[in-house]
Amino acid sequence: MWCELSQANFFDEYQIEGVSPEDNEICLEVAPENLSRALKTVQNAKAVKVKLTKKHCPCLTIAAELPTLSSIGRIVTHDVPVDVIPRRLWHEFKEPSMPDFDVSIFLPHLKTMKNVVDRMKNLSNFLVIEASQNGQMNLKIETDLVSVTTHFKDLGNPPWGDVASQEGRASQSRNPDTMAEARVDIRRLQQFLMGQQVQPSKAMCNIVHHKVVHLILLHEDMSLQYFIPAVVQSG
Amino acid sequence: MYLQGMDCIVTGGNVKVLAKAIHSLSRIGDELYVEPQDDGLALRSVNSSRSAYACFLFAPLYFSRYTIPSENVFRCRMAIKSVQAVFRSLASLEKTVEKCHIVLDKKKNRLTFTLHCKHGLLKTHNLSFQDSESLQAVFDKDSCGNVFKAKSRLLVDTVMHFPSSLDEVTVSVNADRMWFRNHVDEETESKAMLTELCLASDEFDEFSVQDHSSITFCLKELRGLLVFAESTGLPISMYFDEPGSPVVLSVTDSVLEGNFVLATLSDDPSQRKSNTKRAQTPPPPPPDDDFMNDDMDSYLIAMDTSMAPGPSTAAPATTPLAEYTSKPPVAANHRTRIHSDDEQEEDETSETDGPPNKKFCSLFFGSVLPSSSLMSTQPLTNQEVLASDSEEDS
Repeated sequence: MWCELSQANFFDEYQIEGVSPEDNEICLEVAPENLSRALKTVQNAKAVKVKLTKKHCPCLTIAAELPTLSSIGRIVTHDVPVDVIPRRLWHEFKEPSMPDFDVSIFLPHLKTMKNVVDRMKNLSNFLVIEASQNGQMNLKIETDLVSVTTHFKDLGNPPWGDVASQEGRASQSRNPDTMAEARVDIRRLQQFLMGQQVQPSKAMCNIVHHKVVHLILLHEDMSLQYFIPAVVQSG
Repeated sequence: MYLQGMDCIVTGGNVKVLAKAIHSLSRIGDELYVEPQDDGLALRSVNSSRSAYACFLFAPLYFSRYTIPSENVFRCRMAIKSVQAVFRSLASLEKTVEKCHIVLDKKKNRLTFTLHCKHGLLKTHNLSFQDSESLQAVFDKDSCGNVFKAKSRLLVDTVMHFPSSLDEVTVSVNADRMWFRNHVDEETESKAMLTELCLASDEFDEFSVQDHSSITFCLKELRGLLVFAESTGLPISMYFDEPGSPVVLSVTDSVLEGNFVLATLSDDPSQRKSNTKRAQTPPPPPPDDDFMNDDMDSYLIAMDTSMAPGPSTAAPATTPLAEYTSKPPVAANHRTRIHSDDEQEEDETSETDGPPNKKFCSLFFGSVLPSSSLMSTQPLTNQEVLASDSEEDS
């Protein structure tokens, strides 16, 4: 998963001193549950400060002033331990390049999609996502006992134009009715959908046939990409 | 009529409160100790390591009928899950149960709960029990130097910042602040997440500090009390002294009193002075301060478990701690082996075998205090007066 936030939209103050003036970046590794818990508890805070500190180890210190009835605010501090990633390993943490997709399509409303996937999860561990360049998408599961398909139409396809037409897989030359598909672990898809609380401004899905599903969500101040590798069809 | 046990009736909303008390006791231990007393029905629980104890005393006035035998004091214990099953659905209790009739039959070793519900429906639960030894903790909250009282909401909101799995929390106080921090054993978890919350004294209804100190205890065991207090709207009072002495949290109203007594981590005596000094200048919110230089040893909860079977009197003869047979690793750290009543004495506690032994040993059981301090059902204001210093007038 790759997520980018525009700092100006989230922070009133933002100061950073990176590794060096040329590499004004810092790369940190952190346990998401710690960070998530810390941020959750300060949801109602008047103000939250995030600082990189050195305590017993490098930490992201999240300090917040909580609203109280008393004259003195209630201060809570969470020191979340982090690992600083050395510069020589930064290349491992770059934005993944967008794969050459076969089909790119806008997703249906995420809530609808989540409802469908939630129900399908009870029936099968794997789900096939297929889509075409004429705005059709199907979510399919198939077991020995049952097969279920949910059809979406008129979803629309993002106008990538020449951006994606690199290897002759140009969207224009492709038959718009041909489906590209990928079989994925349904839990991955469900986990991803579960985490989306707000409908993004744009949500799309790029499919590399039998290889990978690339989900892209664009919000006003944040972008999120999620790559789910395809599972080999058994039998 | 020779009463073989106990016969009492709880009516209306008191049934639900009783049920909630039992549920909160179940967060401490697996067994419920029941003892009908002259001053009320005592329900108690203790955890397996004897580091946490809770007692709810329901005064006779809590019941619409409270009949106990005049002699032959009786104590029993039973699986708490069985009792919880009687009061399973709290929400429906309120709506359907009109009264609860509790009868203890010594001859048949049976405790019968009969729920009288709407539409003439009777639900009867027969629970078997075992005779039990006395289970009373040694503590005297009136003698504690540090006394705090706050609405339960304050503590619930504070505890919310710590993960529910968190074992130990350190509470530090100075003249006008109280800090809560999760306690982390440096040797085992050098990369743990640290959380600190600071409360100002004016958030409390009462904030009285005699000694700036820092105590560490198990947070998990408290949650039962917090749930109870919040649902009943009662404020929570907190009493403690120096590290090593138990911390007492209680809720009181005119007809019931709940006390949760938890062991606290004990300092090494040589560390004590420096800890005290440090506690007097607690770290301010700016994160530059490093407070993780505690060198506290294993927890010690002194539990005097010299059980006195038979009639419990106000002052059973016990040499509190000398007879305590604890598990060996725990015993090695057992501060209370010093059986003097003066809790200031401390053994060599710094040596432990193997990894830091963080067991809270049993503590404070044994010699029963005069009933007034333990079992008083007077409203808290009275207790406040008792606890005040000699210099202060009531």
